[in-house]
Amino acid sequence: MSAVAESPGGDEFSGEYHVYEPHKVGLPPLGSYFRALWARRQFLFELARTNLRAQHFNTTLGQLWLILNPVMLGIVYFTLVYIIRGGGRGSIFLAHLMLSLFAFRLVSTSVSRGARSVVGGGRLILNTAFPRLILPLESVLESFMRFLPTLAVYAVVHVAVGLPIRVSLLWAIPIIALITVFGAGAAMFTATSQVYFRDLTNFLPYFTRIWLYTSPILFYAEDVPDRLRPILYCNPMYPMLGSLNYAVIEGRTPPFGLLAASLAWAVGTIIAGTLFFISREREFAIRL
Amino acid sequence: MSLRSASENPAATFEPTPDATPWAVKVDNLSVTYRTAVEKKPTLKQTLIRLGRRQRIIREIKAVRDVSFEIPHGTTIGVVGVNGAGKSTLLRTMAGILPPSQGRVEIFGRVSTLLALGVGFKGELTGQENVVLGGLAAGLTREQVAAKYEAIAEFAELGDFMEMPMRTYSSGMYGRLAFSVAINMDPDILMIDEALSTGDARFREKSFDKMRELTGKARTIVLVSHGLRSIRELCDEAIWMHEGRISMRDDADTVVDAYKEFLQLKREGSDDDI
Repeated sequence: MSAVAESPGGDEFSGEYHVYEPHKVGLPPLGSYFRALWARRQFLFELARTNLRAQHFNTTLGQLWLILNPVMLGIVYFTLVYIIRGGGRGSIFLAHLMLSLFAFRLVSTSVSRGARSVVGGGRLILNTAFPRLILPLESVLESFMRFLPTLAVYAVVHVAVGLPIRVSLLWAIPIIALITVFGAGAAMFTATSQVYFRDLTNFLPYFTRIWLYTSPILFYAEDVPDRLRPILYCNPMYPMLGSLNYAVIEGRTPPFGLLAASLAWAVGTIIAGTLFFISREREFAIRL
Repeated sequence: MSLRSASENPAATFEPTPDATPWAVKVDNLSVTYRTAVEKKPTLKQTLIRLGRRQRIIREIKAVRDVSFEIPHGTTIGVVGVNGAGKSTLLRTMAGILPPSQGRVEIFGRVSTLLALGVGFKGELTGQENVVLGGLAAGLTREQVAAKYEAIAEFAELGDFMEMPMRTYSSGMYGRLAFSVAINMDPDILMIDEALSTGDARFREKSFDKMRELTGKARTIVLVSHGLRSIRELCDEAIWMHEGRISMRDDADTVVDAYKEFLQLKREGSDDDI
């Protein structure tokens, strides 16, 4: 049935000639799909920009919340650790906590916003034909745009606690890229799942909370006792936050093992998430 | 054509002139079947209850059944039928929003749609921002949207409201902007689903004129409407859909008369009472 490729230059999403047919294996022709996705990149950026702007437009402090939120969150968790341990862990720990927390938030907001992206995109989906992958990608882009100001917050902490500025800091760029890619793959999973299972967004806050507590954020990875190590190793955030910690806090090149594991998680998740999403996306319009 | 979004597409050299290809739309043996779980919102509770009863409630809704037709370039064609006849499903499938279950839809030209639920407008954004977003979603570049913006704003006659959040709009203003966006995309094929009811009489006349202007340029319009007067006034031909099938296709007056007879509404001047 899938004769799209034989059509005279036609595909579903671009140009002046379109053929719509049932897809043989549930996937659209990937080449034309990604070309159409690329052609909508300005739409992606505009959507993220306007959404971000609209969220704080009626608060007194407005865009300042993009800085205030992470700062206050950092203070909350630092206080929590202080109370539970019955004392401080030093200023370096504060830097570790802030950095890991912000990086974790990049993933967790991608996942939770992603879950709402398709179901919340109702009218847009019912009235316009475009590659639906735009929707979870927009959630990720928006989360990334929220993440950027937190880097400035961290930079202040980094200097204030007297951590050195070394070349190894540059490792943070590819590591954050991997974290973002991983978040995108995870967002595609939650976006698709939410269409079929509307309780997901009710579960997600608890799930991400547990994920936060089991990731090396409120503690160092070295603190984890041996019997609990397997849990740590199963957590995709462990190699990513671990690498980031090596590069930024300890000022060293991250071990190869952690980098390789991060890469594997990111690539595996984005490929699986993309295929899962694309194979289901034609159903979205009839399930909303 | 200044609207081309993907210039690397070889088919993009296609020009919508009546003699390049006879058809604007070609539908072959199209069937659209929804398989839908009965509960509107699939939740854990409902799933557990169903599993407990060992039920699997999947209902098949055959919205469009084995439909074939062609629409030549330059035609304005109306689609009539009672609620649930499959008109909107057909239109959404032709727009590439719903997937066909069987058969094939071919579209020769750039499509602009104005569907029943309104454009993907976001209430907290201004009219202007929504126009930009809508244009980008349809696959235009920022420059192309900017080039069309003046014409859209002028046609919608919303004045300063273009700078206001759309949640402050009346439904008529909403409809005017939606129509203005759809028609100013300069489409080869314009698909309209029951969207002419908003707006005052003057704007309606203006919309009709603009649509006639499009057909004058050999553009094609597919108009789904319960407003039988609009169908008579605007359309050359009409399709009457009933239970997912095409039960009649003829010139607009003939189809509207037959449809009205079917509805037993052959009263004088009752075209728009339906």
